[in-house]
Amino acid sequence: MSVTNAKHPELAAAFNKDAARVGWHDETLWWIRQKRDKAAWTLPEWEELRETASQIKLNTLSNLSEYLTAFEKNALANGAIVHWAADAKEHNEIVHKILQQHKVTQLVKSKSMLTEECGLNDYLAANGVDVVDTDLGERIVQLANEHPSHIVLPCIHWKKEEIGELFHQHLNTPKGNADPQFLTEAARIHLREKFLTRKVAITGVNFAIAETGEFVVSTNEGNADMGAHLAEVHIACMGIEKLIPQRKHLGVFLRLLARSATGQPVTTYNSHFKTPNKNQQLHIILVDNGRSVQLGREDFRNSLKCIRCGACFNTCPVYRRSGGHSYHTAVAGPIGSILAPNFDMKKNADLPFASTLCGSCTNVCPVKIDIHNQLYKWRQVLTEEGHSPKTKTLAMKLMAFVLSKPAAFNLGGKVGRKVMRWFPFLVNNKLNPWYKQRDMPVPPKQSFTEWYKKNKK
Amino acid sequence: MSSREKILNAVKKNQPALEPLPDVAAINAIQFDDVFAQFGTVLKNIGGNVVEVNDLNKVSQYVQHTFNGAQNCITTIADLTGVSQLNIQEDAHALQNVELAVINAQFAVAENGAVWITEEQYKLRVLPFICNHLAVIIHKNNIVNTMHQAYDLIQNADYGFGVFIAGPSKTADIEQSLVLGAHGPKSMTVFVL
Repeated sequence: MSVTNAKHPELAAAFNKDAARVGWHDETLWWIRQKRDKAAWTLPEWEELRETASQIKLNTLSNLSEYLTAFEKNALANGAIVHWAADAKEHNEIVHKILQQHKVTQLVKSKSMLTEECGLNDYLAANGVDVVDTDLGERIVQLANEHPSHIVLPCIHWKKEEIGELFHQHLNTPKGNADPQFLTEAARIHLREKFLTRKVAITGVNFAIAETGEFVVSTNEGNADMGAHLAEVHIACMGIEKLIPQRKHLGVFLRLLARSATGQPVTTYNSHFKTPNKNQQLHIILVDNGRSVQLGREDFRNSLKCIRCGACFNTCPVYRRSGGHSYHTAVAGPIGSILAPNFDMKKNADLPFASTLCGSCTNVCPVKIDIHNQLYKWRQVLTEEGHSPKTKTLAMKLMAFVLSKPAAFNLGGKVGRKVMRWFPFLVNNKLNPWYKQRDMPVPPKQSFTEWYKKNKK
Repeated sequence: MSSREKILNAVKKNQPALEPLPDVAAINAIQFDDVFAQFGTVLKNIGGNVVEVNDLNKVSQYVQHTFNGAQNCITTIADLTGVSQLNIQEDAHALQNVELAVINAQFAVAENGAVWITEEQYKLRVLPFICNHLAVIIHKNNIVNTMHQAYDLIQNADYGFGVFIAGPSKTADIEQSLVLGAHGPKSMTVFVL
């Protein structure tokens, strides 16, 4: 898969070359945002639910070490095998070791953003293991040698005609057939064969319950269940922040999750895995990979409350118009932009700047993460640490100088107004980022100071 | 130091001071005038069917009529006649050709059209996912308002596997066009006794 060092502005610019597609992408996601609103408005207690969920997660984070040990103890008592992975590398190695123990080189996997974060597919491919992603959207991007562009809607950037062509190449469907019903049936037949023949299934985890040692996986397609119940080995991979204290807390989170994600009242399946299936081994891998560090960052620890609904993606004016791949991380969008700098400040320094700070993400977040505040705070941290974009730092320094010197400010204003009037091409050109998709304003004849001096009685 | 210790130590060091756990029971959750009507409306909206029946004979008749003489239909309900009983010794993979599975659910949830099913009721975990069509039976007085009441009923039940199922398997991954029958059942019928 493609590895790029390009930053959000360049990647977004590439996405924006096709204006019609950007409009379509934008409208599709906004439509999902509207569905979310309708679903939320059916419940008078919606705000109470958000507040309760936020508090449950805060309690979880404040007592995480206890909850983790309780979960481990209960999961072991249920017959599961529990592993701990400090980072992505260790996680991938644990998975590979389990596969080697069972002499398996093929597996099915349902959606897990954690395995995306850890780069598991690439790691296993390099070790000769064939991974089949079974969520339809994930299978589509996998066949296309891409990564998901959205955590809930992995191929939201793909048009049906393109999927028809992809399936024609890989699944032998008739050329030119782009009917979603037909293509889904083709994928069903293709993936059913994989479910029936693979001995190992990997799933993600939506919620893990400290009190009972069980975990819940939410899907609409049923792919996690088809994989897990037909396999001899089930490996469930989870970040340590997926814990919640008690089973009854699921009532709160399952009411919020699907409504926030797609506007559905609930996902089709919410599967509660407690003991291994008959004749099956159940492995649970608890992964840190930077989460314990983020937990220690007071300003950013709330980001660990995230339940991965994607509502902040769908509402974000920047995400909708720049596409998921412009974020160059496993989790894109506003939440991804506050998680990514924790992994690698230098590499992801551009992401907290990929926002208008409008606050819409914060308003829709089902666990009330103050996303836009954290974006703003990351900008300050990144600038202090010397990771902010060079041109932006220079422009800020210049502005600080001009604003602190009245003479420079007045002169600058005067020259600017003259230049815009006499030589408009100097500002109305491609080198000026403000000119992109905007007309520059007509320059006023005089500044406010000049006007005030003249009109002062 | 093992990764387990390393992670737990780091978490312990970095977690904030203990915050209180809110009381879920205090949530002022929605109550419907008619939970049966609400359940039916929501289930239909998400692609399911609701069929009100007086007894299991009506279920048998419906199955015979709708599923063409009940070829490849199986059930785990002992009293349901006219439908083959599931052989619980069977290998799960052999269920791939099941056209219809009829199983009991414990209760239903009005707010989202889901039914709660545990492994003990149907023995082979994959059954309600691998069948082409799924039918479940619930009792009319076992419909609760919300998921909070659902977990009040489940309490600390000791199941190996339990699942909320709300309608047929579905996907909208191709241009947000809803398609029923992604990997699992293409239809879901809930018989309400």
